[in-house]
Amino acid sequence: MRVEDLSKSFGGVLAVDGVSFELPSGQLLGIIGPNGSGKTTLVNLITGFIKPDRGRVIYSGKDITGWPPYKIVTLGIARTFQMVKPFYQLPAYKNLIIPLCSPRVKAMAGGKYGERDAVALDLLEEVGFERDSYVSYKVASSLPQGYLKRLELAKAIALRPDLIILDELFSGLSLAEVASIVPIIEKLRFQGKTMIMIEHRLKELFRIADRVMVLNYGQKIAEGSAKEVMESEEVKNAYLGSEE
Amino acid sequence: MEKRKERIDRGIKARSEDIFALSSYREMLYLLVPRAIPVVGLLFLAPFLSPYWREIFISTSVYALLAISWDLLISAGLVSLGQSLFYGIGSYVAGSLNHYYSLPPILTIPIATVAGGIICTIVLLPVLRLRGIYFAMVTLVVPLMFSRLVEATRILGGTEGLTGLTPFPSPWVSLYVIEIAVLVTLFGFRRLMGSDWGLIVKGINDNDRSVMSAGLNIHWYKAQVVFLGASVGCFAGAFGTHLDMFAGMPGFALDYSIMPIAAAVVGGAGSFAGPLLGAFILVPLSEILRSLGALRIVFYGMFLVIFVVGLPEGIFRFLQRKYHQFERWVEVS
Repeated sequence: MRVEDLSKSFGGVLAVDGVSFELPSGQLLGIIGPNGSGKTTLVNLITGFIKPDRGRVIYSGKDITGWPPYKIVTLGIARTFQMVKPFYQLPAYKNLIIPLCSPRVKAMAGGKYGERDAVALDLLEEVGFERDSYVSYKVASSLPQGYLKRLELAKAIALRPDLIILDELFSGLSLAEVASIVPIIEKLRFQGKTMIMIEHRLKELFRIADRVMVLNYGQKIAEGSAKEVMESEEVKNAYLGSEE
Repeated sequence: MEKRKERIDRGIKARSEDIFALSSYREMLYLLVPRAIPVVGLLFLAPFLSPYWREIFISTSVYALLAISWDLLISAGLVSLGQSLFYGIGSYVAGSLNHYYSLPPILTIPIATVAGGIICTIVLLPVLRLRGIYFAMVTLVVPLMFSRLVEATRILGGTEGLTGLTPFPSPWVSLYVIEIAVLVTLFGFRRLMGSDWGLIVKGINDNDRSVMSAGLNIHWYKAQVVFLGASVGCFAGAFGTHLDMFAGMPGFALDYSIMPIAAAVVGGAGSFAGPLLGAFILVPLSEILRSLGALRIVFYGMFLVIFVVGLPEGIFRFLQRKYHQFERWVEVS
């Protein structure tokens, strides 16, 4: 995937300002930056939820700039939301039926009404729902945050994506919960998925990311390995405030 | 010998709502009885009614269809304040086919159902991306626009409407046509909402962005919902037109918009059976209150307020809950 000079402003605010990067397949790119630095907007631009003012998004040779979200998913890009967006009225496993009904999954796996339930339960187990526990059958509105985050991840995996964009998956989770999700992400990487992770938990991110990109005020201020990025003066200024 | 109380549905429901584990005729009966009530009620009650009440029964069923159609739209998060659009379009399509081309009801009603559904979907297509109150406002305005269009341009009979349309061969035909339509719609929609398609529709109501990021085109699904809802409404309109032997501007009247909503709210939205029950309470009630003259609306309004305040979940949900709570004595070994 390649992103070229992507820009978007809301009113007078430049939320994302000329961001370019390249992501070879199979790599994990971490995106960090202070609050309001345009990380989530960048994700929304890539996944088609917002149309960019300028710039291009190219994925596996296709210019997907401005495509509607459902078409972008069909190409194999799945995302999670920072604020979890489960279907609150439905039981946890039924939440996964909806992505399993997408044209992409139908084309890849087939599967009829009813069979999908079994696939959904397998997926929940994959993200750490205990097999044969009652949790998978509970209505999503009654699940605790940790399970909702896992459900959010499962909804993305259900689409059998090649590229997964995780928007602050770890936020709001306890250390133990984060520690239990990290192996799931490592397993996905092992399966050869390309990933973008937006994170505030730098310690966990630096352990699993191949490269890290830093955004501030919508601009890319640094990119490289975790070590390189943390040594950059600009990053220190952005996070800790400059001397002036 | 010791005994204790146990809920009848104990053992019937396994873990989730739509999986049943039945092991005896009694348990089958437990599930069958509530489903048999509308079938028996709609098909076999009417012969015992006087001709006057039979007519009320038929017009109630027309409102019930509009209410069920409203309920389908609301399950996708589309609040319709303009069910009369569907009624009016269905009525005019059937009426003009009969008036100008002399087609019999057996053709005009199916054509009006499908063509009317398509027309209504096309009319509402540009506003499908709107949600909640914004969609509601548009649906309120569109039927008014259509009725003024007919008035101003004097097409389709203008303010006079199209009169002298072919009636049904006998009152019994009209009765069974509408009752079977109500039953098919009721059970068909319930079945549909229980399928994966229904799950997606519920998902759109719950969280449309999540459905978008699941790789589904929500506008396509919303259009399907509107088409189904509109078709049912247009069927009601086409049926009503042949029943009254008249198609005209009253088809777009506010009655056809308000009554279905009131029925759905009183009966309990989201179940299709609720709006049906609501219609069969409200329409006959309004008829009974007719003798009160001008005070009719006052009492009617009071009834509505009492229902809504007393049973905000709707009568159907209340009855359903009570039914599931039935207990029986069982021996403790």
